[in-house]
Amino acid sequence: MPATAEFAIRARGLTRKFGDLVAVKDLDLDVPRAGIYGFLGPNGSGKSTTIRMLCGLLTPTRGNATVLGVDVSGNTEALKPRIGYMTQKFSLYGDLTVRENLEFIADIYSVRRAERSARIAELLRDYDLERQVNQLAGTMSGGQRQRLALACAVLHRPELLLLDEPTSAVDPRSRRDFWAKLFELSDAGATILVSTHYMDEAERCHRLAILDRGVKVADGAPSELQQSTGMTVVEVLSESPTRAHALLVELREVSSVTQLGIRLRVLVPCTIAEPQDLISRALAAQGLPAETRVVGASLEDVFVAVTEARQAPGAAA
Amino acid sequence: MNALIRLLAVMRKELRQLRRDRITFAMIVGIPIGQILLFGYAINTDVRYLAAAVADQADSHLSRQFIAELRQTQVLNLDDSVATPEQLERMLRSGAISVGLYIPPDFDRRVIDARRPDAHLLVDGADPTILGVANQLATMPIAFDTWRTATPPERALEVRPYYNPERRTAVYVVPGLIGVILTLTMMLFTAVAIVRERERGNLELLINTPVSTAQLMVGKVVPYIGIGLLQLALIIAVGDLLFDVPIRGSVFELYVAAFAFIAANLALGLFISTIAATQFQAMQVTFFILLPSILLSGFVFPFAGMPTFAQFLGELLPITHFIRLTRGIMLREASLSELSSELLLLVLFAAVAMAAAIRRFSRRLD
Repeated sequence: MPATAEFAIRARGLTRKFGDLVAVKDLDLDVPRAGIYGFLGPNGSGKSTTIRMLCGLLTPTRGNATVLGVDVSGNTEALKPRIGYMTQKFSLYGDLTVRENLEFIADIYSVRRAERSARIAELLRDYDLERQVNQLAGTMSGGQRQRLALACAVLHRPELLLLDEPTSAVDPRSRRDFWAKLFELSDAGATILVSTHYMDEAERCHRLAILDRGVKVADGAPSELQQSTGMTVVEVLSESPTRAHALLVELREVSSVTQLGIRLRVLVPCTIAEPQDLISRALAAQGLPAETRVVGASLEDVFVAVTEARQAPGAAA
Repeated sequence: MNALIRLLAVMRKELRQLRRDRITFAMIVGIPIGQILLFGYAINTDVRYLAAAVADQADSHLSRQFIAELRQTQVLNLDDSVATPEQLERMLRSGAISVGLYIPPDFDRRVIDARRPDAHLLVDGADPTILGVANQLATMPIAFDTWRTATPPERALEVRPYYNPERRTAVYVVPGLIGVILTLTMMLFTAVAIVRERERGNLELLINTPVSTAQLMVGKVVPYIGIGLLQLALIIAVGDLLFDVPIRGSVFELYVAAFAFIAANLALGLFISTIAATQFQAMQVTFFILLPSILLSGFVFPFAGMPTFAQFLGELLPITHFIRLTRGIMLREASLSELSSELLLLVLFAAVAMAAAIRRFSRRLD
């Protein structure tokens, strides 16, 4: 089928409830092959639940999803050798060494004995774990564990990698190195689905879905999303940002105000003409001189815009 | 005041957590009520209806009357009847009976001869309780309804204890102890096995790999069978060196029996592991099974002394069958072929528990 060959993941109306709680609601998803697809959303937005449904760990309450041509509501055993899954919590064996963990995973995925030691040596080198090879995984740092987890997830060269907040417990340097690895894997042809709540990581994805309380509120390439917010972003530099913040929030025309150090980022719907003037005048009227300039929307602005839109009364989500 | 508030806060938190831990909550009620009912009824050293058989070679009016009198005491269940004392010995060895009553052909003459015992009780002397009961039976005056017994003999019955004539406790206890030790260690090993992986998060990764449930389950059981057999070797060695406990039957057959028993316990542990949500719950359930394993298996109290219901529960426990096997092989020189039904039950138990564990194990998180 050309439709599934083109997409690694397709979902329609995917829904999961836990009792009364709707964790994921009517999710439609098209994840193209070979590329990094991001799930951006705060905790509790349904990222983990979605990933767990996609790898067959959770049964959807409603809707359907096809992953690598396999329906996840049915028997997903055929899917398992083809995907690599990295859980949010470290799930390798803390009381085994790095090498023992890798050997275990290699055998589980039936990597041939002849190939096994070469593959493990390659991963140890690529993931900078050579010095930790005989260390117990439980005693390693967050960054080292994360590298081991990724090495184990890619060991059997899966077509699809599902990574559930892989960088939530590591420092910025480790995060950068980690993303460099993801790009290498993606260049080699793997499809990667990664969830995150970091804006900078979301910006690196080829495509992206923004989730908010179980609902997909936007999706597309990061640049597309930034251009299609329907908001003008005005940066305000004021001597008294806290007071300016309080004032601007009160304005009917302003959708949201975010303080970044001494600067404020103010989102105003595009339908409002001359937003810069509007803001300058409002602040001047209260004796608050301020510099204003229109800037491009960042992904955070997009995120704020789409999630605020759902909270606004009467807004169509 | 603050101290009291904090104290109360800790207490309230504990109770709230406890209320949400269903299995623990059930155990709080279940352990005392269940076990006290069970053992209050089951623990009974007043042994009745011991499995017995009679070889009545006299077959006279007097001997039949004698058997009827013994039957009235309700101590022996004298329904089976065989032709020779050799057959009684064979039944004793296979564990089919605990007591055999042998009435010699010249019984009628012996009754009037006070120097010779009238009949013999062949007793499985390995069990001190049964031996005690037999001795009591022997001192019981039996009035023969005949003019010749103006002076009834002091002892109508002579007790012949088999298998443990020195009456050493270790000889009797060690074969059962093997069962108790293996039950505790083996069941605990696997009861926490799956739960531990779930608690540590390993399971979420594992069920997303191509490893099948059967591979996972069997892979978790097999290494421990080796450990269990090693434990058996240790107990046998200590039993032999320090307590001089004999193995009269085949050592190989003892290991075969232990293999089946260990597998049954590991499979049962694995099944517990698929029910329990935490390692603590798994341990509670293990102890819930361990107590009856000690008390209802015939290890401490003779099986024959327990009411039918307790006996039924005992029959459901693998250890009951294993103790019959170890006592048979080690003390009575019985062979596995004589005890094949016990072995078969252990194998069946292991297979059913394993199948149940595999069936219950979910490869999904919901």
